[in-house]
Amino acid sequence: MQEMIKERVLTLINEGAADRVLAWETGEFFYDRTPKFFDKNNVNDLKYDSFCGANVTKYLIAEMPKEGKTIVLVKPCDSYSLNQLCTEHRVNREKVYALGVGCRGKIDVEKLRTMGIKGITAITEEGDTLTVSTLYGEKKVARKDALLDKCLCCKGKEHKGVDEVIGDSEETSVGDKFEMVAKLEAMTPDERFEFWRGELSKCIRCNACRNVCPACSCIKCVFDNPKSGVDNKAAADDFEENMFHIIRAYHVAGRCTDCGECSRVCPQGIPLHLLNRKMIKDINELYGDYQAGAEIGQRHPLTDYTLSDDEPSVVHERGGANA
Amino acid sequence: MQRIGVFVCWCGSNIAATVDVKAVAEAAKHEPGVVFSTDYQYMCSENGQAMIREAIKEHRLTGVVICSCSPRMHEATFRKTAVSAGLNPYMVEIANIREQCSWIHKDMAEGTEKAIILARAAIAKVHLNAPLVAGTSPVTKRALVIGGGIAGIQTALDIADAGFEVDIVEKAPTIGGRMAQLDKTFPTLDCSACILTPKMVDAAQHEKINIISYAELDSLSGFVGNFTAKIRKKARFIDETKCTGCGICTEKCPSRKGLNDFNMGLNTRGAVYIPFAQAIPNVAVIDSAQCIHFRTGKCGLCEKNCSAGAIKFDQKDEILEREYGAIVVATGFKPIDASAFNEYAYSDSPDVVTSLEFERIMNAAGPTKGKLVRPSDGKHPHEIVFIQCVGSRCTEDATKGKPYCSKICCMYTAKHAMLVREKYPDVKVHVFYIDARTPGKNFDEFYRRAVEQYDVDYIKGMVGKVSVEQDHLHVQGSDLINNEQIHINADMVVLATAIEPDPTARALGTMLTASMDTNDFFTEAHPKLRPVESPTAGVFLSGVAQGPKDIPETVAQAGAAAAKVIGLLCKNELTCNPCVAHANEALCNGCSQCERVCPYGAITYEDKEVRSPEFRGIKRIAVVNGAICQGCGACTVTCPSGAMDLKGFSNSQIMAEVDAICR
Repeated sequence: MQEMIKERVLTLINEGAADRVLAWETGEFFYDRTPKFFDKNNVNDLKYDSFCGANVTKYLIAEMPKEGKTIVLVKPCDSYSLNQLCTEHRVNREKVYALGVGCRGKIDVEKLRTMGIKGITAITEEGDTLTVSTLYGEKKVARKDALLDKCLCCKGKEHKGVDEVIGDSEETSVGDKFEMVAKLEAMTPDERFEFWRGELSKCIRCNACRNVCPACSCIKCVFDNPKSGVDNKAAADDFEENMFHIIRAYHVAGRCTDCGECSRVCPQGIPLHLLNRKMIKDINELYGDYQAGAEIGQRHPLTDYTLSDDEPSVVHERGGANA
Repeated sequence: MQRIGVFVCWCGSNIAATVDVKAVAEAAKHEPGVVFSTDYQYMCSENGQAMIREAIKEHRLTGVVICSCSPRMHEATFRKTAVSAGLNPYMVEIANIREQCSWIHKDMAEGTEKAIILARAAIAKVHLNAPLVAGTSPVTKRALVIGGGIAGIQTALDIADAGFEVDIVEKAPTIGGRMAQLDKTFPTLDCSACILTPKMVDAAQHEKINIISYAELDSLSGFVGNFTAKIRKKARFIDETKCTGCGICTEKCPSRKGLNDFNMGLNTRGAVYIPFAQAIPNVAVIDSAQCIHFRTGKCGLCEKNCSAGAIKFDQKDEILEREYGAIVVATGFKPIDASAFNEYAYSDSPDVVTSLEFERIMNAAGPTKGKLVRPSDGKHPHEIVFIQCVGSRCTEDATKGKPYCSKICCMYTAKHAMLVREKYPDVKVHVFYIDARTPGKNFDEFYRRAVEQYDVDYIKGMVGKVSVEQDHLHVQGSDLINNEQIHINADMVVLATAIEPDPTARALGTMLTASMDTNDFFTEAHPKLRPVESPTAGVFLSGVAQGPKDIPETVAQAGAAAAKVIGLLCKNELTCNPCVAHANEALCNGCSQCERVCPYGAITYEDKEVRSPEFRGIKRIAVVNGAICQGCGACTVTCPSGAMDLKGFSNSQIMAEVDAICR
C-alpha cells in the first residue's frame, strides 16, 4: 500500500493538484512513525504501515498560511479529526487534499513489551500473525493482541469526507467502547475519586496530551495565559494538577472525536481518553447519538439548541434520550 | 487602587432583624480599598441616597457597594444616585443581603456571617470594575402581536389607536380565537359573537392593523426595539386578494369528512372551508391532507366553480421578513385532552362532552343549530351532570391533570347550568364541585342566581365514576355535606376540563427567549409589579398565555400590555446595555463556538491582521455587535481559549468574587 500511496502522491503533485504531502517518516527506532511534510523530492522516504498510529491532521493548522494545497494521509479515525478542524475553521478544507488510506489497526509496541517481549529488533507481519525478532530470539504474537487500544474500539473503517481512498481496511473493533466508562459510573463516588486520583497523580505535565490533541487547537492555551486565572493554579498543588485534565476534558467536550491520541501519547499510561468518553456518553444520552467530526459544519449538541431540546435534568431523570 | 464606600441597608426590619447590619458595616471597613462604611435604615430613601451622594464627594469614592435588596429592585436607583454625584453608574455593585440572605436565614449569627461574605465578594468585584458608557439603538415603530384571539385583538386595537402599526400573526385561518367558539359570556349572558365580531371587524378595518392569518412565527432575531421576525404564511391554496368569501367552493366540495375544528370535531366540513360565518379574513382555506385534488390529482370542483378564480393549488408557504420594536405574546389556551380521565368515560360515550364541546352544542351556529340534544342519538336529554375541576387542581397525578385552578370553569359551568334551565326547564341539572370559586364583579351574584333562581342542584363532592349503560350514563359520586353516595342516571355528562397553554407556546418561548413556568405559561417580569412584561426586554404578555383568566381580565391585561408597548414605541431610541461581550483578538481562534451559542445572533467573524507574541498575520476572529449583545455570557463560558469576556462581568471579576467568598 505504501508504494501505491507514494505513486499517487507523486502523480497529484506532478499534475499540480497539490504541492506537498503530510504523512509519516521513520523516527529514532524502527517502529517510530513521526509526522512529516514531504515534497516531490523526498516523498520516497514516506512511510505507511502498521506503526502509523499517529494522527497527523493537527499539523495542517500551521500549514494554512502557506501557498498551495497539502495532501494529508488520513486513516478512517483521522478523517473525523480533519472534519472537526475544518468545522472549527482551523483548517481550510479547500487547501487540503484528503487522501484516505486503508487501515487494519495499528500496532502498539508498548503492548508487546507488557507481554514480556524485550529487546525488540524487528517486527514482520503475515496475515494475522506478527513475528517479533528480539535479541533473545523470535516470538509469534497474534496481531489482534498487539493492536493499540484505540483500534479495539474503532469507529469503523469508513473514511468520512475524504477526496479519495487508497487501500483496503479491516474491522478491528471488538468491544463496547463505553464498557470502561460504565464500570467507572458504577463505582461509588469515593471509589471513582480514588481511581482518578491514582491515575492523574502519575501526570508529569509534559503536555503531550494537549499538544497531540486535534481539539486542543487554541493559538494560546488558557494554561499558558497568565491572565486566565488557571495557569499557575494547575501547578500550585497536587489537586490543581488534576484540574488540568478536568478542565481540558471540558474544553474539548462535544468537539472530541474520540481519536484516542491523548492516551496513546501519554508517557505515564494514564487512560485520559476515558474522561472524554464519559463526556461523549453523557452527550449521547442527553441529546441522542452524536459523533464529532462525522461531517464538516456539524453543530455539536453543547453549542447548539433546538426548539425541542429538553432540560438536561429532565432527560437525566428519565434515564437518557433513548429511554 | 479604588476608594470604595460600603453602604449597608437595614430595609427596616427586613434585613436588620436577621443580619447585624452594624457588624457588616464594621467588617467591610477592614476590607482592602474600603475608605468609608456605614449603615442606614432605608438606603433607597431620599435621605439614604443623599448620604451616598455626600460620601462619594467627601471621600472621593471611585466605587460603591450597596448591601441591600436584590439588584432587580434598586440597582437602577443606586446607579442614578451615583451618576448624580459624578460617578460612573457601573462603578456601583449591589450585595444582595435581603433575598439571598436575611429572608432565608433565621439565625442572626449565620445571617450576619453570610452578609459579610456577600459584601466582601461585591467589594472584590468593584476593585476590578471599570467605567462603562452605554450606547443607544433606534426603535422600529411597529409591534407584532402573536395570536389573534380576544387578547391579541384588543392589544392590537389599543396599540393601533395610539398611532403605531401592528401586525397580528394568527395560526388559524381566521382571527377570533377561543372567544369566537363561545355561546354566551358570564356574568351577563350576552352573546359572545355579538361582542367579539365587532372587535374583529374593527381590527380588520383599522388602517394601522395588518392581519396575517394562517401564519406562524418561524424565527426571531434582534433585541428590544429592533426585532427581525420571519413569519411563515402557510399556503391556504386560495388567492386571498381574489377570494370574495362567497362560500360556493365550500358547498361544492365533495370531500366532506374533515372534522370541523371550530365545532370541536362534533361535525364535519369540506376540504375547502371557511371556519365560521364571521371569519376574518373571510377567505376560504383548503386542507391539503383531505383534498381529493391533492391526494389524486383529480376533482378540482372548487376551481371550476370559483367565479373569482381564487383557487391556487400550486400556492407555496411564503416567508415574510418584518421588523418590529415590540412583541406581544397572546397565544391563549386549549382545553386539556379529557381522554386521560377514563373514569368519566369520555372516550367511551359521545354523550360525555367537554365544556367547550357543550358550548358549541348550545350555540345557534353549532352542529345542532343550538338545539340541546344528546350527541349519540339526537334525543332531548332530561338529566345532565356537570363535573367540575376535571384536570384542574389535580395535584396527585401531574401527568394526568394540572396543579393549578383553571379559574374560569366555576363560572362557565354556572352559565351552562343556567342556560339549560332557562331554555329547557324540564331538564334536571346537577353540578359536582369541590369549591365554587366566584371572585369577580357580579360573579357570586351570578352563581347564586343559578342555585336560587334556576334551581340547579349543586353537590359538594367529586364524581368517582361514570359508566355507560344501555341508554344512559350512570354517575356515581359523593355528597360531602350529607356524607352519602349519590347515584344519578344522566343523559349527558359535561366535563369542565382544565385549560392549558396553547401547544405552540413552549417553542415560541424558546424562540423569544421568554421564560416560562413548569406549566408552560409565560412568566411575567414581576408577579405583582410587572405583570404584563416578560423578563425579556421588548416581549409583553396578554391573555391566558400568561395564566388562566376570564374575558374581562384578558381584555384588561391586553390594554395594559398595549400601554407598555406604546410606552416603548413612543421612544426614538433606547439606551443599550454596556455590559456586552468582546473578543480578545490575540486569543481568539475563530472557531465559531461562540457564534453558535449566541441566542441573539450578535457574533460575526472577520479576517483581521493580528500581531501578538503567539501569532502574526491574518486570522479569523469573532466580532460582537454591541447593540445586539444582551450580555448573557453564553459565549464567554463556551470559548475554549478564554478570548471572550463580558464587560461588567468579566471572568476575572467573577473569579475575584468567588475567591472572596472562599477566603
